Amino acid sequence: MTALLETRGVWQRFGGLVANSDVSISVGRGEIVGLIGPNGAGKSTLFNLIAGVLPPTQGTIWFDGEDVTKMPAAERCQRGVGRTFQVVKSFETMTVIDNVIVGALVRNTVMREARRKAHEVLEFTGLAARADVRASDLVPAEKRRLEVARALATEPKLLLLDEVLTGLTPTEAQTGVALVRKVRDAGITVLMVEHVMEIVMPLVDRAIVLDLGKVLVEGKPTEVVRDPKVISAYLGDRHAVSA
Amino acid sequence: MDKNFAARRRRDLVIAAVLAALAALAPLFVKDVYVQNILILTLMYAALSQSWNILSGYCGQISLGHALYFGIGAYTTELLFTKFGVLPWFGMLGGGVIAALIAMGLGYPFFRLRGHYFVIATIVIAEIGLLLFQNWEWAGAAMGITIPVRGDSWLKFQFMRSKLPYFYFALVLCCLAWFVTWWLEDSKWGFWWRAVKDNPEAAESLGVVVFNSKMGAAAVSAFLVAIGGAFYAQFLAYIDPESVMGFQFSLLMALPAVLGGIGTLWGPVLGAAILIPMTELTRSYIGGSGRGVDLIVYGTLIVLISLALPQGLVSLFSRAKSKGATR
Repeated sequence: MTALLETRGVWQRFGGLVANSDVSISVGRGEIVGLIGPNGAGKSTLFNLIAGVLPPTQGTIWFDGEDVTKMPAAERCQRGVGRTFQVVKSFETMTVIDNVIVGALVRNTVMREARRKAHEVLEFTGLAARADVRASDLVPAEKRRLEVARALATEPKLLLLDEVLTGLTPTEAQTGVALVRKVRDAGITVLMVEHVMEIVMPLVDRAIVLDLGKVLVEGKPTEVVRDPKVISAYLGDRHAVSA
Repeated sequence: MDKNFAARRRRDLVIAAVLAALAALAPLFVKDVYVQNILILTLMYAALSQSWNILSGYCGQISLGHALYFGIGAYTTELLFTKFGVLPWFGMLGGGVIAALIAMGLGYPFFRLRGHYFVIATIVIAEIGLLLFQNWEWAGAAMGITIPVRGDSWLKFQFMRSKLPYFYFALVLCCLAWFVTWWLEDSKWGFWWRAVKDNPEAAESLGVVVFNSKMGAAAVSAFLVAIGGAFYAQFLAYIDPESVMGFQFSLLMALPAVLGGIGTLWGPVLGAAILIPMTELTRSYIGGSGRGVDLIVYGTLIVLISLALPQGLVSLFSRAKSKGATR
């Protein structure tokens, strides 16, 4: 069986800057994969390429056995790619339930069904009590949760999480981790960009480390964290030697 | 929660029906032609503002060029009537369709623009439209078109003896625009539009085709405004470019919605009910001196209302409600 998501030799240049160079990764069905790396490693760029915000300069992206390289974001969502944003992008003037209904409308054209689906997702993500609150009145952790809820309402096969656990208190992060597990248990593949290694590592099945736009290391989280190349990318060469 | 929601929608519908019924009875008490005139204009601007609100309020694409669609509705109707003898009812629909097509044609390049640049583009296009009509000989150029009097009839939508038929048509138009908004508000399009307004990038990631949503909003909005333009032309029985396509129409469509509550179901009606009578009354009681005192008073009132209620007049009601119920 083919991988759910695959990037083949993907390059992205912004003028003289090379954000991604020859990135080839694959994500299997049912996996939780962590995409990590220091600031400026090209994680967010790769993320946007996969979500369809912009097409890569070179290379192809395959989703569910189909070449989606040139497909716009909205269409990719219809195929089953859901995403969250690093900087939350709630529909601020709309209520929580209305935010989620927008996502649910992708697969439910009848309003009543979209509404029912949205309530279901709010239950699942633990936001049910906040359904009628305006998104602008949510606290940051709830906004993150709303991002996930909205994406889940589109019934994705692949969920792209862009730093959903970053900037949360330890307790909030733990509930976040529990939610990601629950998502995977519901049969959804997860690709997550994260900064905070100690939270992500126990959660993911596999970690891909990007550095300077290239795939540096890829493997089991326990192996990856011990890899000298990874340590030097994060902390500098001196630490890699002592490790 | 779902019950609350359904109840709120039903309540809106009931309130609208009651208000429409009360308005329909108004002519029994209002015999003064001047006041009837104000009522007709109020209803018309409520309808226009409600239509403007679809594109600019719900979908967030602020247009200050809707006078173009208003004028197109007026001109299509009168050109078809005077040149080809087509009944105004067909001209009205034709004007609506043409306006919707033009709105989409213009949307194709302009919906790539964001924020202020989009607003500027709409103003410029409407001015170009005005200039074209001022110089188009066949369409009467700056002289305009006088609608020939053929006697009072619903068939020709022409009434010289009484203003009441116009009043009832304006009422129906207002109800139609309100009902279309009400219906769209709880539809896929309504949700898509609000999502596009709040955050186009997030909307796109949730499967919303942003460009198409804007086109849809523009078409519905322009169609309804053109119907209003056709009505206005019949009501005046004479049109020239400035009197159906002037910039003031673009403003008078936007202001009631902004004042009443932009992007809300009741905002335009509420705004028009206060603004239009205020415009007319300040003009007739303190205007005419040539010093523009009426405009000063009028402008000051608008500024005061906007300062006190930045969310629009509808926020008066929602504030009272939020104390009592959950929503």
